[in-house]
Amino acid sequence: MSGYVVSVRELCKEYSGGFTALDRINVDLPYGQIIGLLGPNGGGKTTFIKILAGLLTPTSGSVEIGGYAPGVESKKIVSYLPERTYFNSWMTVKECIGFFEDFYEDFDSRAAKEMLNTLGINIDAKLKTLSKGTKEKVQLVLVMSRKAQLYLLDEPIAGVDPAAREFILKTIISNYNSNATVLISTHLISDIEQILDSFVFINQGKIFARGSVDSVREEKGMSLDEFFREVFRCLPNC
Amino acid sequence: MAWQFKPTVPIYIQVVSVIKSRIFNGEYPPGSHLPSVRELAQEASVNPNTVQKAFGELEQSGLICTFRTAGRNVTEDEELIKRCKEDICRKYVNSFVNEMSTMGLSREDILSVLDDIIKSQTEKEGGL
Repeated sequence: MSGYVVSVRELCKEYSGGFTALDRINVDLPYGQIIGLLGPNGGGKTTFIKILAGLLTPTSGSVEIGGYAPGVESKKIVSYLPERTYFNSWMTVKECIGFFEDFYEDFDSRAAKEMLNTLGINIDAKLKTLSKGTKEKVQLVLVMSRKAQLYLLDEPIAGVDPAAREFILKTIISNYNSNATVLISTHLISDIEQILDSFVFINQGKIFARGSVDSVREEKGMSLDEFFREVFRCLPNC
Repeated sequence: MAWQFKPTVPIYIQVVSVIKSRIFNGEYPPGSHLPSVRELAQEASVNPNTVQKAFGELEQSGLICTFRTAGRNVTEDEELIKRCKEDICRKYVNSFVNEMSTMGLSREDILSVLDDIIKSQTEKEGGL
């Protein structure tokens, strides 16, 4: 096992029609960190996460997750929260829990039920009767109740109210074990920067910056959010 | 309630100051057991590694001691706590006095305002 949960070399992804979503990405992500995958809309964040989750195949380049190429083995150690829900709306919360139990050996249904209980979510409710924010909470609880090595969270805080946002951040902090890595994609930098160790900033398919949050504060004397706002002001086409 | 952080200062340094002030004001008394990394990370809504780093900094200054299996305690050395407290006070008052003398205030001006403010705050909160 290498020291990195994710190793990516010269990764390219071109969609049909010739749009280059990722352009020769090289990055290593260590174990035991909470890492922000930041950048503007359309910068390549979701494409990158989907490749790590094994949902998209790269056009070229190599990807290793815990030493495996994306596939059956890598999916056992990766817990992925998609941008959109993939549960059917007629399912109850309890049925979703059953779904995860069937699919993932490392799923802790007791932990999931406990968290849902704390949140006051009725597990007999059908998904279609829940609000958007509650549905997102349910999904996050399920994803974080796995004992994975890599959590991929695609926009976990978009579209929920500030109180729910805080709950989501606390859930992430308290449920990841210290050897696992959490990769969170978002463009809402100021909301999550205090829980990040480091960040990867993707723009126009390229890694634009990578570093630790505290080093930005120390060296630039500004928050990550301010730093990127400033960088962006100088960029054309943004 | 999550802690509020200033954007320009590294977060771990701000966590250090919060823990320090809790030691100074007696919320964490000398020799007492400190909350775990995870508990503090939860309370502050920050990354556990950040709290870890803050604890490392405090260990170096001697304000807290780590036991391999039993977590962390505040130091029992009350002299050290007192010294650190004074250091901070000196630091703030120093920069304050510098600022005031740049603006041309005399020793008497400063002292009388200082006295006023402390009096009115003591009346308001019963503090100090």
